[in-house]
Amino acid sequence: MSATAPTSPSSRSGPVEPAGPPDSPDATTTAAAAVEVRGVSRRFASRSGDVVALSDVDLTVRAGEFVSLIGPSGCGKSTLLRLIADLDRPTGGELTVFGRPPHVARQNHDFGIAFQQAGLLPWRSVRANVELPLELHGTGRAARRARATELLGLVGLADFADHRPDQLSGGMQQRVAIARALAESPSLLLMDEPFGALDEMTREHVQTELLRLRAESGAAVVFVTHSIPEAVYLSDRVVVMSARPGQVREIVPVALGSAGDRTDGLREDDQFFDRVRAVREALHGTDGATGVGRGVDQR
Amino acid sequence: MRAARRWREVVAPVLLGVVALLAWQATVVGLELRPFVVPSPTAIGEQLADHAAVIAAASWSTARNAFWGLLIGVAVALLAAAVSAAVRVVDEMSAPLVAATAVVPIVALAPVLYTMFGANAQTARIVVAAIVSFVPVYVNTLRGLRTVTPVHRDLMRVYAATRRQTTRVVTLPGALPFFFSGLRVAASVAVISALVAEYFGGPVDGLGKAITSAVSSSNYPLAWAYVAGAVVIGLVFFCATLALERGVLHRGNLRQRP
Ligand SMILES: Nc1ncnc2c1ncn2[C@@H]1O[C@H](COP(=O)(O)OP(=O)(O)O)[C@@H](O)[C@H]1O
Ligand SMILES: [Mg+2]
Repeated sequence: MSATAPTSPSSRSGPVEPAGPPDSPDATTTAAAAVEVRGVSRRFASRSGDVVALSDVDLTVRAGEFVSLIGPSGCGKSTLLRLIADLDRPTGGELTVFGRPPHVARQNHDFGIAFQQAGLLPWRSVRANVELPLELHGTGRAARRARATELLGLVGLADFADHRPDQLSGGMQQRVAIARALAESPSLLLMDEPFGALDEMTREHVQTELLRLRAESGAAVVFVTHSIPEAVYLSDRVVVMSARPGQVREIVPVALGSAGDRTDGLREDDQFFDRVRAVREALHGTDGATGVGRGVDQR
Repeated sequence: MRAARRWREVVAPVLLGVVALLAWQATVVGLELRPFVVPSPTAIGEQLADHAAVIAAASWSTARNAFWGLLIGVAVALLAAAVSAAVRVVDEMSAPLVAATAVVPIVALAPVLYTMFGANAQTARIVVAAIVSFVPVYVNTLRGLRTVTPVHRDLMRVYAATRRQTTRVVTLPGALPFFFSGLRVAASVAVISALVAEYFGGPVDGLGKAITSAVSSSNYPLAWAYVAGAVVIGLVFFCATLALERGVLHRGNLRQRP
């Protein structure tokens, strides 16, 4: 497979290809799905009446698959991610992560997480931030150090290991946060608009970097974004959500070849624009009705 | 760059001080002000030189009370803040008491405390300094312990960190800058309150006592010389806490918060 040209959709059947039909039989027979969401609802009680953040959501993310959640702001993307991460509990339905309840998966350190805010500890060096999960889970000093060095090299920040986070730019901080999320080589990575605060140039750079890192680790990714091109560029499938109540409106297969093989050249490709249009239409309704996609970044 | 900063931080304030002293001297001499209005810097300087030993002894006595008061106040404040942060009920129960302590002028309690602990002991002064330094340290430290950013809280939960780990890794380092801003305030008020408490009774040593007796014998330049001693103690306390703060926060790579 060429590294520059996007592979054709037919290469989906290749052995290393994680993308495929969402209901392919081996998803259930060979290994547990990375994430299994069944009829999940989340209702928030508030003084001015209940808010239904999620209503009857079904979603399966297979092991090694890159899935983006996109939709107007307030449609429950973050809520869904927090449910998967066991930072919140559903009011209805059921979730599993690698076949286990989310709290068990969390205790088991099955997933890494990154938020829009890098959330680095300002009093620790960059290296010590990357080492944090390893330190908390009892990895020895030497092994921690080696792993942090390796990861910082991968995200191109080897020279900044002993800097403090506030000496780094926003993009660099976010790369440290990603390195930290990957520290324990999780088989699932949860990301909530991690590049939302970055400028366009930096953003495209870290997107490609993320794809490369992810291809090496083979982790499944659930990626929240409000940028259509970002979702298309990164994902095997794009889950388009609608608001009030938050529901899955449509799942768009991207099928631009293995996400790990994608490069910046893809952004100029006709197929890429084709998928961008497909996602945009899914967001706005097929007749191109406006209004539904408000709050979604068209960049 | 470095030289320019040194100039701004050291030379400029010293220069300003010298100019102010000269202006002061010129005003007193030029307007022929009487010493009870305000004595000239040279007159005060003379007294400082003549009575250096007594002034130092009085300053030492006040400083010692302020120091022990500060130490006890800070220790109790840290303990109380830790308990309040851990047990919500304690915080809620003690909030009115802390608020009362913050608004009631504790030095006004000095006469009562002198009767309680005996007028010949320094205890009442130390207790006043301790109570007064307790408040800012307690309030700030508790706020610091409560201020954990949501993203850090989420992160520690995802890592399935134990309560102890979260405290060590996130809560305590985050609270340190808050503690130090409380400590800085406490250091100043400890000196002031230890000194002012002397006005209300107790043993005859200390700067407060010395100032009142100098004024009552109409030796105004000497009274001002004692005031200069108080300024020096205040500065020493302030600089010591600042140095401690810089040392600790720098060593632990802790960022200073405003
Ligand atoms: N903790 C909460 N309490 C009350 N309402 C919430 C809470 N979290 C989210 N919501 C509501 O749920 C809806 C979905 O929020 P969110 O998942 O953050 O949306 P998104 O990430 O897609 O922008 C919004 O209407 C929001 O106001
Ligand atoms: Mg969100």
